[in-house]
Amino acid sequence: MAQAAARKASAKSKADGKAQGLTTPKPAEFSKEEELSAYRSMLLIRRFEEKAGQLYGMGFIGGFCHLYIGQEAVVTGLKMAMVEGDQMITAYRDHGHMLAMDMSPRGVMAELTGRRGGYSKGKGGSMHMFSKEKNFYGGHGIVGAQVSLGTGLGFANRYRENGAVSLTFFGDGAANQGQVYESFNMASLWKLPVVYIIENNRYAMGTSVARSSAETDFSHRGVSFRIPGIQVDGMDVRAVKAAGEMALDYSRSGNGPIILEMMTYRYRGHSMSDPAKYRTKEEVQKMRSEHDPIEQVRARVLEKKWASEDELKAIDKEVRDIVADSADFAQTDPEPDPSELWTDVVH
Amino acid sequence: MPIEILMPALSPTMEEGNLAKWLKNEGDKIAPGDVIAEIETDKATMEVEAVDEGTLGKILIPAGSEGVKVNTPIAMLLQDGESAGDLGKGGDASNAAAASVAEKANDSETPRQAADDAGGKVRESREEPSAKTETAKAPAAPKAAAVSDPDIPAGTEMVTITVREALRDAMAEEMRRDPEVFIMGEEVAEYQGAYKITQGLLQEFGARRVVDTPITEHGFAGVGVGAAMAGLKPIVEFMTFNFAMQAIDQIVNSAAKTLYMSGGQMGAPIVFRGPNGAAARVAAQHSQDYAAWYSHIPGLKVIQPYTAADAKGLLKAAIRDRNPVIFLENEILYGQSFEVPKLDDFVLPIGKARVHKAGKDVTLVSFGIGMTYLAKAEPELAKLGIDAEIIDLRTIRPMDLETVIESVKKTNRLVVVEEGFPQSSVGDFIANQVSQRAFDYLDAPVITIAGKDVPMPYAANLEKLALPNVAEVVEAVKAVTYRG
Repeated sequence: MAQAAARKASAKSKADGKAQGLTTPKPAEFSKEEELSAYRSMLLIRRFEEKAGQLYGMGFIGGFCHLYIGQEAVVTGLKMAMVEGDQMITAYRDHGHMLAMDMSPRGVMAELTGRRGGYSKGKGGSMHMFSKEKNFYGGHGIVGAQVSLGTGLGFANRYRENGAVSLTFFGDGAANQGQVYESFNMASLWKLPVVYIIENNRYAMGTSVARSSAETDFSHRGVSFRIPGIQVDGMDVRAVKAAGEMALDYSRSGNGPIILEMMTYRYRGHSMSDPAKYRTKEEVQKMRSEHDPIEQVRARVLEKKWASEDELKAIDKEVRDIVADSADFAQTDPEPDPSELWTDVVH
Repeated sequence: MPIEILMPALSPTMEEGNLAKWLKNEGDKIAPGDVIAEIETDKATMEVEAVDEGTLGKILIPAGSEGVKVNTPIAMLLQDGESAGDLGKGGDASNAAAASVAEKANDSETPRQAADDAGGKVRESREEPSAKTETAKAPAAPKAAAVSDPDIPAGTEMVTITVREALRDAMAEEMRRDPEVFIMGEEVAEYQGAYKITQGLLQEFGARRVVDTPITEHGFAGVGVGAAMAGLKPIVEFMTFNFAMQAIDQIVNSAAKTLYMSGGQMGAPIVFRGPNGAAARVAAQHSQDYAAWYSHIPGLKVIQPYTAADAKGLLKAAIRDRNPVIFLENEILYGQSFEVPKLDDFVLPIGKARVHKAGKDVTLVSFGIGMTYLAKAEPELAKLGIDAEIIDLRTIRPMDLETVIESVKKTNRLVVVEEGFPQSSVGDFIANQVSQRAFDYLDAPVITIAGKDVPMPYAANLEKLALPNVAEVVEAVKAVTYRG
């Protein structure tokens, strides 16, 4: 009897984030440098994605192309919380993650256009890019598969006792895949250093969370595995950074995995060919005008007079130049040599 | 200079669309993200968003236009300080490629070809297989270098051990050699292995490197691949490969393809091993042979050993290999004993067949437990005066077809035996390759013997009927040698 009660109490303390002091932290206080750095990083992702959409429209990018516009604060804030050695892995909406991990815009854009200077020599495309050097482990096209792989990165970290944490990203859609819960179980059982980041942008392709999920609060999805979770305003880069620091510290300290549900929104369709008829224009417009992650930073910077309109315009110009350069490179770099057909199949 | 706004492609297959509606008028200010027009395709109506900032200078394609080709300029955007008078100046320099695409499109009315000339991908190239590019003809696949078994020094002591012991020894030796090698799977640690292959490993290497998993094949296969992508060298044991069906996405899509998809940056040095194929009386869901399945996948290596020596030497090679390796064992073979050379480090080459017995009248090819039928048929054939050459493939992928073809050139006759299903079988592939590469040497059609084309039945008599048997082998050999 006493044993059962003790078990119950321990289950409660482990399952309920609040019992461990794991409430959503207040948004971080940003210095001028941090605000401007976040502004630039998010702007780079947005302008890059706009250009990718344009190149897609011109036929330079083929196949599927999933844009990250609207969700920029999530990777930007988390990158600000990461330390050297931490890894990142995500699914196919991955361009923003790669730019946040300091991968070269030229290399990413050239991969999108299928050129030899792309990160995968043109053999991976939008959904399959990697950089061992930058600790970016893809870029995966099968919804949910990256969750088990990211858990495996955490396994390797624990095996090597290297102090690194695996940041494993997935969407509200992937959160309904079975292997996610198989991974949760092992990660919690073995106390693996993994932070699961659920980017809840409200729509799994065209199906809203309410129509696909029995439990729509994804921060609770780890309860059966005693994984704590919190919801975070994923449109506020300061909130993301604060939550990321808390979660990384928690997981790095040997407590096992933790879930961050990022409440975010994608402005564009699921992919370039999605007209997004499953939501209203007003809904999109409301997010853009009231919660845009970049506009929030911009307004704060201007209000605090940390930069003038002209100074922000100069950042915008610098970012546009980088993106234009990447687009030029991606359009002029040659396609892979035909001999590349046969390389990299096996070592 | 003014920027040309082009008719966008909104899907991988779109070639043209209707410009349904302009939402901005000439002279309107435009910010990035503003919806400026609506385009109809056969599938949907889509919005066109502005990418650049400026003033809508001129609408080139009026609302209601149908069949507007992708990449046709539909409007001109004036930038800061420009006026309608600048419109004649052509495209913005940063959009040179786009502009040139558009011009060519207007000239030739073949915007796709123009896009291709400018370096853009030709859409729907699948529908146009003759796409006039020089690269349409794929370059030939590179030839693999020939490999051979290591010489065993004269006087080497041979010890008789079971396949089970050989597999265990191989893993233990490699784990001693490399601290990044570990094993995970169901019941591999405290239970000492469902089939006792991992006996003693927990005691020697501890729970950090001998990891019991929950019953969660899909999940732990993915965890193993992730650990391998990070550079560890996991051995993932499936209690049977039948359960690996739950995990096959991670094996094929994540393990096998990552090296290629990453342009060679990142791969998965991992071994998936466990019993495969029929044991005894375990029926349809526990009896399947996956040799043909995995052999289909570029990026994987597939090994299916028969003897204890091959099991040991090839498992050690598999663990050292930098690629994902499927290592197919068999429960019935686990207890069988063979001679293994007593060497400190006995490693065999992957991708090399072994001539089990030399002969001149007919070539018999099999692998794994299939070899037992050939071993039993051989004395019966000898009684008939037929001198069979028996080849054990050992590795299914990459396959040592050279050894098979050289043998066929000598014997002019070929019979292939396996326990898997007949359609798209390993034997089918070999028969096809031999007919293409040694047709003139064949004196009889190749016969492929496989399991019967039915789910494995439970009843003892039916199970026997479903598997190949020695009499079938003898009959096939008589047929290809035109004897009675």
